[in-house]
Amino acid sequence: MRRTIRFLRRNETVEVGNVEPRTTLLDWLRLTERSTGTKEGCGEGDCGACTVVLRRLVDGRLVSEPVNACILLLGQVDGAEVLTVEDLAADGRLHPVQQAMVERHGSQCGFCTPGIVMSLLALYETGEAPDRQGVTDALAGNLCRCTGYRPIVAAAFDALGRIEADPFAQRRLDVAGALAALRDEADVFVGDERSFFAAPASTDALARLYLGHPDATLVAGATDVGLWVTKALADLPKIIWLGRVAGLDAVAEEHGTLTLGATVTLARAREALGALDPDLDELMRRFGSQQVRASGTVGGNIANGSPIGDLAPALIALGATLHLRRGDGRRSLPLEDFFLDYRKQDRQPGEFVTGVTVRKPAGRHVRVFKVTKRFDEDISAVMGAFCFDLADNGTVREARIAYGGMAGIPKRARAAEVALTGAAIDDHAAAERAAAALDADFAPLTDHRASAAYRRRVAGNLLMKALMEIATGDDAATRLIAHREVRHAAE
Amino acid sequence: MRQNEESGDFRVPGSRLGASDPSPSGEGGSRRRRETGGALPAAVAQAPSVGLRPPPPAAGEDHAAPSGTSGVSGDGSPLRHVHRPLPHDSGIRHVSGAALYIDDIREPDGTLHVALGLSPVARGRLSGVDLAAVHAAPGVVAVLTAADVPGRNDISPANADEPVFAKDEVLFHGQPVFAVVATTRDAARRAARLAAFDIAEEAPSVTVEDALARRETVLPDYAFGRGDVEAALADAPHRLEGVLRIGGQEHFYLEGQAALAVPGEDGDMLVHSSTQHPSEVQHIVARALGIPDAFVTCEVRRMGGGFGGKETQATQWAVIAALAARATGQPCKLRLDRDDDMAVTGKRHDMRADWRVGFDDKGRIAAYDVTFNARCGCSADLSQGVVDRTMFHADNAYFLPAVHIASRRLKTNTVSNTAFRGFGGPQGMLAAERVMDEIAARLGRDPLDVRKANFYAPGRDETPYGQSVEDTDVLAALVEQLEAECDYRARRAAITAFNARSPVLKKGLALTPVKFGISFTLTHLNQAGALVHVYQDGSIHLNHGGTEMGQGLFIKVAQVVAEEFGVGIERVRITATTTAKVPNTSPTAASSGSDLNGMAARIAAGTIRQRLVDFLCEIFDVAEGEIEFRDDRVFFGNESLAFAELVKKAYQARIQLSATGFYRTPKIHWDRAAGRGQPFFYFAYGAACAEVTIDTMTGEYRLDRVDILHDVGRSLNPAIDIGQIEGGFVQGMGWLTTEELVFDGKGRLATHAPSTYKIPVASDVPADFRVTLFPSANRQPTIYRSKAVGEPPLMLANSVFCAISDAVRAARGDGLAPLDAPATPEAVLRAIVGAL
Repeated sequence: MRRTIRFLRRNETVEVGNVEPRTTLLDWLRLTERSTGTKEGCGEGDCGACTVVLRRLVDGRLVSEPVNACILLLGQVDGAEVLTVEDLAADGRLHPVQQAMVERHGSQCGFCTPGIVMSLLALYETGEAPDRQGVTDALAGNLCRCTGYRPIVAAAFDALGRIEADPFAQRRLDVAGALAALRDEADVFVGDERSFFAAPASTDALARLYLGHPDATLVAGATDVGLWVTKALADLPKIIWLGRVAGLDAVAEEHGTLTLGATVTLARAREALGALDPDLDELMRRFGSQQVRASGTVGGNIANGSPIGDLAPALIALGATLHLRRGDGRRSLPLEDFFLDYRKQDRQPGEFVTGVTVRKPAGRHVRVFKVTKRFDEDISAVMGAFCFDLADNGTVREARIAYGGMAGIPKRARAAEVALTGAAIDDHAAAERAAAALDADFAPLTDHRASAAYRRRVAGNLLMKALMEIATGDDAATRLIAHREVRHAAE
Repeated sequence: MRQNEESGDFRVPGSRLGASDPSPSGEGGSRRRRETGGALPAAVAQAPSVGLRPPPPAAGEDHAAPSGTSGVSGDGSPLRHVHRPLPHDSGIRHVSGAALYIDDIREPDGTLHVALGLSPVARGRLSGVDLAAVHAAPGVVAVLTAADVPGRNDISPANADEPVFAKDEVLFHGQPVFAVVATTRDAARRAARLAAFDIAEEAPSVTVEDALARRETVLPDYAFGRGDVEAALADAPHRLEGVLRIGGQEHFYLEGQAALAVPGEDGDMLVHSSTQHPSEVQHIVARALGIPDAFVTCEVRRMGGGFGGKETQATQWAVIAALAARATGQPCKLRLDRDDDMAVTGKRHDMRADWRVGFDDKGRIAAYDVTFNARCGCSADLSQGVVDRTMFHADNAYFLPAVHIASRRLKTNTVSNTAFRGFGGPQGMLAAERVMDEIAARLGRDPLDVRKANFYAPGRDETPYGQSVEDTDVLAALVEQLEAECDYRARRAAITAFNARSPVLKKGLALTPVKFGISFTLTHLNQAGALVHVYQDGSIHLNHGGTEMGQGLFIKVAQVVAEEFGVGIERVRITATTTAKVPNTSPTAASSGSDLNGMAARIAAGTIRQRLVDFLCEIFDVAEGEIEFRDDRVFFGNESLAFAELVKKAYQARIQLSATGFYRTPKIHWDRAAGRGQPFFYFAYGAACAEVTIDTMTGEYRLDRVDILHDVGRSLNPAIDIGQIEGGFVQGMGWLTTEELVFDGKGRLATHAPSTYKIPVASDVPADFRVTLFPSANRQPTIYRSKAVGEPPLMLANSVFCAISDAVRAARGDGLAPLDAPATPEAVLRAIVGAL
């Protein structure tokens, strides 16, 4: 048992043993370390001004990922190097990312700039040369109100073109060594029985601890729990972080299924799910932002039970089974049955999500649409996921349809499914019946994202669009972003 | 001259230039060093721009400044700093996290933190607040209410209608009622939520219609115009009328509102505030504390964005921090949480424009009648000027023979709306563009042809408020050039063909002009001061009344001063704006920052320079015309002297090396009662062409391409100006597309965080984004014949709204459908299908 949080900072190991469990990384940086280069813009992980880079050893490789320090708990950096904007310039030289930002006039007021530099640093450290969309994806979680982004994107391309002459490569090797030395397999427990930050190292230890403290808050990525701290000012005296649990982040494929462990990040889930269908890749690309995907997890997104969490409808459409554990007891259930009511799930005290298994589409036709006010980094007004199994004659053998944003929970459209089953995929009348049947399935709400009428109409139109695309085999005529077309061309 | 340009070198603050380093001050600098035997002054060694390469050449870049905009002054003499694309003076500090904002200033020992107690209802009688639990909370040092304001409980700039803390009545949801002072920010925030309010809630006015029904206004109605509009409407071959709803806009400056107040001796108060208007903060802090202005100093080095949101709206937080500092005797800091910031600070005015127009077969307007119903919120704030500017820009670039422009300034139980880049102008201009599209749709003509038919032209050049448009040729030439360069006609044909074969996706195209009046319409604000010191080592201290919010004002003014003295820019030390150095300043607003402060600084530097010239003439017996300041030296006859040497000699000869400069804009006058005058010194022009694609099944859209041609006169700094144009356009695009403010029926702002209020992100900006500066000197004698650039580009985004509307028209195939701003996907789908 380790009684401290331990991480790497400016080549030194920092050990913190006495800290409020809810302390955020940003507050620690700004108030305790007094490094004020990292800014607080929104305190909810949306604007990216607080972006810092965490480096971890993953399978022996040094991986750099951007995270929002404002909603990351300090304990979550255990075992990582924390890199902030002040750390980049070395020996009197700006990092290539910084240099390019200055030369391209990429800063105006400068307040978002540290976060942008750190997001671009993470991109730079991948060593890859992305296209424009790769760059804008890397920046989707960084709001800039001054520049209009054009010079920032230009700076990104300049910097990414300078990777060969990277003077920072040696430092990365040193960091990898230091992180390897930090590694241990101990359970971490900081605090006492009444107030603690705990990070068990195994599923068994987690099960024991949570059973003993069913009132504790489970934290995976903290992309939502962080807001309970910064906005709701929740106290959260007992926190159990899942980030050290060995094996909980496994990705496994067998017998036509894909199983994602609860702590698989959304970034890694994108790789696994994206391989199944281009629409799933696009969904995950637009899921939060790079920072959110680096922290947020599959289990967190499901267990959180948000009616607008994008993962659940997509997984339900594919056909997903959720796995839970409580003490030594384990059970599984269809994912759609986990969601009982608004923010209410079928989960007992002391029980936690261990993972989810989906059926691979194989020959089934998948379509997923996310409709938002703004394309990137926005929460869905309506999200529709469709999976159709067609017979050789083109009739629908099985229809699985699920929506987000249409009810208090992610929910299957069973009436619409029935209306389509047995119909020809290009049967327009059946499609219209199915779209009309959505009225039996859903009674959406009006809120600041959309009116009920818009949600209802778009839900029907998305279904029509999915059927139209599958029937015609043409996606180009119906998509503003031609990612399916691009994927087809590449194949 | 700038020897380090090629090295790409970067020097961390505090480092000294080594022996092998080339001196940024040239040979003269080296000599001076030998004389004094020391290193270069820190001010020079730390110069931010040392060692930076200028941006790469423009090859392949579409936003290049035309060569004609840089390098040569109006009179043909070479310029070394002005007109050049120097990087932002804080660029290196921005990218390395070394630029300090209010919350980054090292807190003095004992600093306390302030959080606000906010009204939970929008309208009602406030009988009291039970603060017992707040007082008892851990870490709480003091709690302040209206009763604790020793001076005037009022933060309004002019109308005495907005209290620091609500007393007796609450005016909007989120109105500050009390403040908690505690040892940590976290403790203060937690304590602030423990109050129990006793408020008799009343039904609030939230919408324009609510306020119209209740006939509640913050200021009297106002109108101007000319001619017999009713008769002209009746005589016109065609008539149209309509209603356009125009949404407001949250500033979303990345740095939220913040202030740090540090008490001094004998009632002195130093306030660090993130404000565009330090003099007003100084004045209102003093007024609230009940002390003379001279006891209060307000300082601001930089803001993390302002956009108008820190013109009057920064004051309240500075006042509360100062009240807390006064009450506790300790430094006090107030930094708003983002959600609170969005709930308790004003926004762009949303409006309902009710319009009627009469026109001929070519689409030429005969008469225009428009009423702007402006939702001003709970107090007047700047609504007089804002809505006046809406009226001044109701014509945009179009001549309106018979015209009546009216306005109502409606009072609602929502946060007081305020300045926002464009200051009311965008709403007036968007209505005008909508009218152009409606006329074009009615006549079946291309909207660009209708626009051009209505442009101001010789003989048709008087605005509705009596100012004549002297440079009608500029906009005509600019639009002509853009139309050709963006290939408008061919693309129009291609889009029509695309739409004919694409049932789900539809494209739209629009080219819209901008004409924007430059000057504060409150005439007395058109003044500025500057203070320049030259020290004995030849380094220069620059101070002026303008504030830096990212727009590059400080580097522009430094360029002007470096030019005046013929020295390297790194010699000019840019310093924080403070009311202690330059008093009675105007807000940095109305796009006026460099026009006013650049001129004031030039005058100050020119005064010192003239003293140096006189001194040179006297001791070397040379004629004034032979003297030239350049390359950090002064040349006269066949001789030269290092600038620093000259300065040293002048000091020893007891020449004053410090001067103030003062500038006031000439020519302008405005008679509001008569609705006539020349409120603007000149107009800035621009035009943009936008192409969009919409998805008719969801209402979603993408901006495919934008071409912009914009007139900044002879640019003081083309890189900075292009940054303003691009940034302004994208901000305007956000206003008209994804940025939707939603208030619920109880007057609560539902979109109070970036998770729910969506400003543009990088991917919303098209890959094909072409920005060009229009090469044209300002006809008015502005600073180096430049033009203001802060606000005008925002309205280039009207092209995006009109292009979306054009695509909707294509989708419907039966004319123009009502479309309100912002054109969210839902608004677009509603426009396509009629009703959802």
